[in-house]
Amino acid sequence: MANVLVFAETRNGELRKIAFEAVTAARQLADATGGGEVHAFLAGAPGVGAKAAQLGIYGADVVFVAESADFAQFARESFAATIADRAKLDAYRAIVLGFSAQGRDLGPRIAAKLDLPIVSDVTEIASSGDTLTVKHPGYANKVVLTLVVSGPSAVISVRPSAFTAKENAKPARTETIAAVPAKTPVVTVTEIKEGAKGRPDLGEASIIISGGRGLKAAENFKLVEDLADAFGNAAVGATRAVTDDGWRPHSDQIGQTGRQVSPQLYVALGISGAIQHLAGMRTSKTIVAINKDKEAPIFKVADYGIVGDVLEVVPALTAAIHEARKGH
Amino acid sequence: MKIAVCIKRTPDSESRFKIASTGASIDEAGLKFDIDDFASYAVEAALQLNEKAGGGETVVYALGPDNVQESLRKAMSMGVDRAVHLKADKVPADGIAIAKALAAELKGGGYDLVLFGKHAFDSSAGVVGTATAEFLGVACVTAASELRVENGAGVARRELEGAAEMLTFPLPAVVTIDEGVARPRYPSLKGIMAAKKKPLESKPAQLGDIRVTVQKAELPPERPAGRILGEGVAAIPELVKLLQTEAKVL
Ligand SMILES: Cc1cc2nc3c(=O)[nH]c(=O)nc-3n(C[C@H](O)[C@H](O)[C@H](O)COP(=O)(O)OP(=O)(O)OC[C@H]3O[C@@H](n4cnc5c(N)ncnc54)[C@H](O)[C@@H]3O)c2cc1C
Ligand SMILES: Nc1ncnc2c1ncn2[C@@H]1O[C@H](COP(=O)(O)O)[C@@H](O)[C@H]1O
Repeated sequence: MANVLVFAETRNGELRKIAFEAVTAARQLADATGGGEVHAFLAGAPGVGAKAAQLGIYGADVVFVAESADFAQFARESFAATIADRAKLDAYRAIVLGFSAQGRDLGPRIAAKLDLPIVSDVTEIASSGDTLTVKHPGYANKVVLTLVVSGPSAVISVRPSAFTAKENAKPARTETIAAVPAKTPVVTVTEIKEGAKGRPDLGEASIIISGGRGLKAAENFKLVEDLADAFGNAAVGATRAVTDDGWRPHSDQIGQTGRQVSPQLYVALGISGAIQHLAGMRTSKTIVAINKDKEAPIFKVADYGIVGDVLEVVPALTAAIHEARKGH
Repeated sequence: MKIAVCIKRTPDSESRFKIASTGASIDEAGLKFDIDDFASYAVEAALQLNEKAGGGETVVYALGPDNVQESLRKAMSMGVDRAVHLKADKVPADGIAIAKALAAELKGGGYDLVLFGKHAFDSSAGVVGTATAEFLGVACVTAASELRVENGAGVARRELEGAAEMLTFPLPAVVTIDEGVARPRYPSLKGIMAAKKKPLESKPAQLGDIRVTVQKAELPPERPAGRILGEGVAAIPELVKLLQTEAKVL
């Protein structure tokens, strides 16, 4: 029986989907050790503590709330110091985070501070005594590794969407803890540049419409946007060819060196299907491709392909989707 | 400036992988290896920073068996001044152990900046750079997609999901490099010749306990073969029907 500490990630004062997924993974691990508690760490600007009950819904027994005016932004060094200091007060079986922009940054800091082993971007966790066994897709998703982590404690970051958030309500107790100041020199956030509003993040969207060089010009991305609108709440992605040309921001890039996504539906428009692009989206549930070249490699992975000119087919498809979703 | 870059040698990402007979690693036979993609962006970023600063020294480090010397030479052929090889029988799957060995070597090196890749292709972990920064006790920016040095301080951009942070930080610092900072140059013939004479020091790595090991490596399940529904707008009704009845996303 051992407790598990989990980082409950927030942005702009709201808990993120990955926070609930991480709590779910932590709950499973605590249960697997024979009934340990899940302790969530919730940090933010004053007032963030009001979110603690939401973590109880997914199985947190205790929520440590650290409020500080400095925590309005992602105060990485202080978050890491506060979590590490808290972890020293208990024999945690593991410290769990999401493999998100915040979690990727914090995990190795905490592991180094506590001299714990760390495994990243994990899709499954099993524990037996002093051994943790996890699955982690390496080689840009081309090889699945089973890693064995020895020792009584470890840091684990979980892949977004790999653990589906499951309700498992606990009457979460809240405890206020003090923010620990940074112990290393700090980076200062001078500005947050918000991306396009009104669309879900690529990592959270259940439908992604992506465009490639086959769209021919930046302004034709309007067709991609329109199709995303027709589906309702879809996100828009792109290939590196497109982000390199500045048609779309780098943050929209999907693939080996961009975002890795796994939505219910991935629609590839004018995308050849280069191996580095496939590395970022091949685990999507359903893949649709529209490409004028019937030999394009994207058709090898597309559940449904249409051979045709995107400039012609996409507007017609957008109209058909609007029609099919009438009443939504 | 004095800049160090830590590089890993990884197989070409376009390779088709097979699993070795041990079942616990890929089969390396016939694979091409090179400096890992993100680490090669870091090498390029270091060279450009020093070109812009009008001087300085760029040093590369790699931990692993003798074959990592190829990657160190390649970095020197791109323009890096010298190399340090931290010798180990194999590269462990334990990023903290690698970071400790690198930090032990980098400490006292007097570096203004130490650059890493955001993550390595094979481990896909993103641990070594950030953990090294902690062991060195210096500021750390992870996954920088822009990097400059202005008036003795660092300026970086870092992508968040759906947003970006603009950051400033004091030197010395560790920065892990995302795509966007710089595309690596190709070594010139002159660079390749010059690299042969540049200093490459080899010494044992101080790897402590290895606490993360690979038990099994598997290829992920193949996707079922793709299906072309038809040509042009005529295929749309069939697609919409399948999205409703089979994929159930409408
Ligand atoms: C180290 C490395 C990392 C990389 N990382 C990534 C990554 O993360 N993500 C990524 O996407 N790429 C990445 N790449 C680049 C990748 O190799 C490809 O170059 C890129 O994905 C191609 O983008 P594309 O499909 O938009 O363009 P192209 O390959 O040029 O394909 C365009 C497609 O559009 C089709 N087309 C043209 N006109 C039309 C039309 N009118 N109607 C319909 N179809 C049309 C063509 O038939 C073609 O198949 C990486 C490369 C390297 C070397
Ligand atoms: N064996 C190694 N030798 C030198 N640098 C390394 C080594 N392993 C990892 N790195 C560096 O750390 C980065 C992140 O690796 P990882 O934490 O394994 O994803 C790489 O891009 C390299 O810059």
